Amino acid sequence: MDSSPAAKSEAPPAASPAASPIVVPQRFAFAEPLPLRSGASLSNYELAVETYGSLNADRSNAVLICHALNASHHVAGTYGNRPADQADSLGWWDNMVGPGKPVDTDRFFVVGVNNLGSCFGSTGPASIDAATGKPYGASFPVVTVEDWVDAQTRLADVLGIERFAAVMGGSLGGMQALAWSVRHPERIAHCIAIASTAKLSAQNIAFNDVARQAILTDPDFHGGDFYARHVVPRRGLRVARMIGHITYLSDDDMAEKFGRSLKADDLAFGYGAEFEIESYLRYQGDKFSDYFDANSYLLITKALDYFDPAAPFDGSLTTAFAHASARFLVISFSTDWRFAPVKSREIVKALLDNKHPVTYAEIDAPHGHDAFLLDDARYHSLVAAYFDRIHQSLDGGRAQ
Amino acid sequence: MSPRRGALRPDLAAIAAWIAPDSSVLDLGCGDGALLAWLQREKGCRCVGVEIDDAKVLACASNGVEVIQQNLEDGLALFSDRSFDTVVQLETLQMVTHTEGMLRELDRVGRESIVTFPNFAFWSHRISIVRGRMPVTRSLPYQWYDTPNLRFATFTDFRELAHRSGFTLRDQFALRDGRVVRFLPNLFGRVAVFRLAGGTKA
Repeated sequence: MDSSPAAKSEAPPAASPAASPIVVPQRFAFAEPLPLRSGASLSNYELAVETYGSLNADRSNAVLICHALNASHHVAGTYGNRPADQADSLGWWDNMVGPGKPVDTDRFFVVGVNNLGSCFGSTGPASIDAATGKPYGASFPVVTVEDWVDAQTRLADVLGIERFAAVMGGSLGGMQALAWSVRHPERIAHCIAIASTAKLSAQNIAFNDVARQAILTDPDFHGGDFYARHVVPRRGLRVARMIGHITYLSDDDMAEKFGRSLKADDLAFGYGAEFEIESYLRYQGDKFSDYFDANSYLLITKALDYFDPAAPFDGSLTTAFAHASARFLVISFSTDWRFAPVKSREIVKALLDNKHPVTYAEIDAPHGHDAFLLDDARYHSLVAAYFDRIHQSLDGGRAQ
Repeated sequence: MSPRRGALRPDLAAIAAWIAPDSSVLDLGCGDGALLAWLQREKGCRCVGVEIDDAKVLACASNGVEVIQQNLEDGLALFSDRSFDTVVQLETLQMVTHTEGMLRELDRVGRESIVTFPNFAFWSHRISIVRGRMPVTRSLPYQWYDTPNLRFATFTDFRELAHRSGFTLRDQFALRDGRVVRFLPNLFGRVAVFRLAGGTKA
């Protein structure tokens, strides 16, 4: 794959992992209770945050990157000097964000934030509830995309960012970007939603519920309060991840990567991992169950299911976007069947109905939903060109 | 890229003259967005382009033109009725399978349409045919076996279709090398240009 952000000959050379800077996460504590969509509220919470680049004098060059299900505030850069540390700790969107990359941190002040309820440093079910001195576990309130966005606005306040030049995300991250444009239109100049959707389909919810059932029925789950028992519902998490992972890849991509290849020469007529795809999925499941929190998985899949900005408007997405004032970039991938191009086109139609400025690209890429995380010259060049325009608009092009 | 600044190509300028300041324009098959970038900058128009080609979509983004990537064969379902003052389709209609369906969509989405296509009856094309060969010229630069063009029409053919489809012809001329041709356009025009209103639904 071509890893260079094409058509950017003036860009600094080599968007390679070696060029990724060392970054340090920060934590921000918030005392004021956050009212949640469920009616509950969350007090005394923390957000884990990383920033890259520097905020300009008029504070107009900030870009918020929103993460999807299993990612975090660690968007770009690495945590260590040694090559091994660098490879291990590369940010999840390091091919997109960094010096000379499509979202160029030499020009933009980029903010990554771990969402509430997740498990990478922000307050979540595994955190200690100050009221009880024990992990929240099952008592952690259900949070929604809108709640995350509201928490992100408070972070923006602390960072001194009145209005983001762009809020950007893929998949669930794209939903947050869309929610920003609807809930806080005055605080976002550009909304970039990639491989996203304005609402999950019945099929999407069905897959999520199978994943949740795997966790909920794991005997080690203990109703969500497994921390005190020093166990992890590993089997449930593993199956949940395996199911999720299938929906991230395209049929063609799986066929290409694994086909019907066997690990051994002959069939074993048993239930071990015989096919390469079985082995791969089990490996992914095992790896995931080592680092991801089961309660976070439940919460975040619920946030996905609940997202439906059109619901308060009789299902009219057009009405939902009526008061948005951002410019939009919407990108989908041809082989994404989790959030297929038709889902992005629904967003585009609603935006066009409102006469909002929107650019829509449908990238013909083989990698399914995961394509939004991968290097693709057409995809990355488009994002780079779009951010060039944003940069020019910041100060009339003088920054060139 | 050249279209970002400076003058519009003469053929585009003739068309741009029809477009009112501060109006809305949809360009179907907008290429690198040269016309739209100019209309935005010089006339304050609200512009949207439609383009299928990756490189051209990228060029539009670089030129600051909002573009929707889609195949025109899939119709204009993204665009609601009468949502643009003008729908422009320049030298693209001949590449679309369902010509009449496309025209109906233009009429549905726009208050007015501007359509151009290579005039098959241009005199040098006629000479080619008389000599027994398909024309390969500036306006029809492809060999018969690798052309993206699906439809070949003459200035007169289209005028007849437009009438039959209930369009009002607000203006019509041909272009040759960027110059407007109003005298015997079916013979002396390389590119046919039609300004249409109130079409199939009227």
